[in-house]
Amino acid sequence: MSENNYRVGILSMQGATEEHARHLHDVGHEPILIKNKETLDNVDALIIPGGESTAIWRLMKKNDLIEAIQQFAQRKKPIFGTCAGLVLLGKDQAEAETKDTTKLQLMNIQVQRNGFGRQKDSFEADLDVKGMEEPYPAVFIRAPYIESVGENVEILATYDDKIVAAREDNLLVAAFHPELTDDNRFLDLFLSMVEEKTALPI
Amino acid sequence: MTDRLTGTDRVKRGMAQMQKGGVIMDVVNKEQAKIAEEAGAVAVMALEKVPSDIRAAGGVARMADVSIVEEVMEAVSIPVMAKVRIGHIVEARVLESLGVDYIDESEVLTPADDLYHLDKKPFTVPFVCGCRDLGEAARRIGEGASMLRTKGEPGTGNIVEAVRHLREVQSQVRRIVHMNEDELMTEAKNLGAPFEILLQIKEEGRLPVVNFAAGGVATPADAALMMELGADGVFVGSGIFKSNNPAKFARSIVEATTYYQDYQKIGELSKGLGEAMKGIDIKTLRAEERMQERSF
Repeated sequence: MSENNYRVGILSMQGATEEHARHLHDVGHEPILIKNKETLDNVDALIIPGGESTAIWRLMKKNDLIEAIQQFAQRKKPIFGTCAGLVLLGKDQAEAETKDTTKLQLMNIQVQRNGFGRQKDSFEADLDVKGMEEPYPAVFIRAPYIESVGENVEILATYDDKIVAAREDNLLVAAFHPELTDDNRFLDLFLSMVEEKTALPI
Repeated sequence: MTDRLTGTDRVKRGMAQMQKGGVIMDVVNKEQAKIAEEAGAVAVMALEKVPSDIRAAGGVARMADVSIVEEVMEAVSIPVMAKVRIGHIVEARVLESLGVDYIDESEVLTPADDLYHLDKKPFTVPFVCGCRDLGEAARRIGEGASMLRTKGEPGTGNIVEAVRHLREVQSQVRRIVHMNEDELMTEAKNLGAPFEILLQIKEEGRLPVVNFAAGGVATPADAALMMELGADGVFVGSGIFKSNNPAKFARSIVEATTYYQDYQKIGELSKGLGEAMKGIDIKTLRAEERMQERSF
C-alpha cells in the first residue's frame, strides 16, 4: 500500500459518497467532496461513486463539471468509477452519433446500463479478479456491465460472461460497489494507480 | 462463477444508499415520470393520486392501479417505487411480482391492518417505511425495512411536521450513541424499540439504514432545509406536480438538494418559480385527517 497521503476527490452530486469517504479516511487518505469544478484543482485523483447515473449526469452538466472532469482525465489524473461511475466514464455509440450524450466518453468501453436488470435482480457474488488471490465479495445493484472494450482496456473481472471490472491507463471501473463492503482491495488498486501517476513528471 | 445471492440486507439497503443526496418524486402517469427523470430525480413513486388529492378525495386509498405502475416502469430507466397499505401482504406481493424496485408501506394509504405492519424480511423487494421517532424507526427496521423516511404530514405542503420528525429521530440517535450500554435496555423499553437495533445504532454511531425526509416539502429551500438537518435525501409528493411549473420546480428541488449549503444558488433557483402548492396549516386538520398517526 501507498506510503503517501493523497487528496482524493469524490464527485458529490448524489449517491454513495460517504461510503467512499469513510474507506479513504480509514486507509489514511483525505477525501474531498467535489461539487464545483474549482475544487477539482486541489485533488490528486477522483472517485465517481454509485448513484443514479442520469441524475448525476444532469447535475454535472448544469454545474460545468463535464469539461472539467474530461480535462482532469486528460492530465492523466486517475479516476475510479463504481456502478454509475462506470456508466458515466464509458461510451455509447448510438448516443455519440446523435450528439445528445449522457456520458463522459473517456474510457474505451461500451456500457449496458442496468444490464443485470432491476432491483429484484440485484445480487451479491464472489468474484475472481485478475491480480487478486482470494475472490472479491462484489455487490451488484441494478448494475451495468461492459459489452465490449477497446484495445488498450485491460479486463479485470467477468461475471456470467459479462465484463464487470476493467482498467485503461489512468481509469479504473467496477460495475459493482466496493464502497458497500469492508474489503479495500479495489481501493488499494486505485491508490496504487494514484501513486504511479503522481510519481510521473508532468 | 459462484452462486448469486439476491434479496440480501446488503443489496436491499445498498439500493437506498445509492439514492442518497437525491430526490424521489411522486408521479401519477408516464408523462410526469418523464418530467421527473428529465429533471434528475433518482427514483419515482408511481401513484394513482398524489397525497393532496388523496386527502381531498377521502374514502379508502389503496395500492395504485397496476396499469399505472407498469406504464411508469416502461417510461423511465430510473428506479420505480410504489405504495401499499400498511399490513397488506397481497398488495405487496403483487407489486413485488411486477418487479417494482422499492415498496413504500405507507400511511398515506388507508391501513389494511390496524395492529401489524408487514413482516418485510421474506420479500426480495426492499421496503421503505415512515417514522416520527426512533421507536417507530427501530420497529420498522426490526420488521425488515431497508430504508426510512420521516413522515411529515403528507399532502399539506407544510414542512413543520417533517422538521419535527427528523429532529426527533436525529436527537434520539445522538442520545443512544452517547448512552452507556447498561442504559440501553430501559431506553428500548421506553421507546418501544428492539434492543438489538439500538445496540447496532450505538455501535455504528448512526441508523443502520438510509433516512430520507418526506411529507410537506414544497420548495427548493424546503428540500435544502431537510438536508441541512441531516436527511439523507428527500421525497417530494404533491409539491412538484401541484405547483405552477412542475418541470422547473423539479429541477430546482433536485439542485437545491445537492447544493443545500450554497445559499446564493438556492436563491437563484428560487427566482421566478411561480406559485408553490397552496398548503395547509396542520392545526386546521382534525385528528382523523392526520396521516402521520396511522401507523404504530
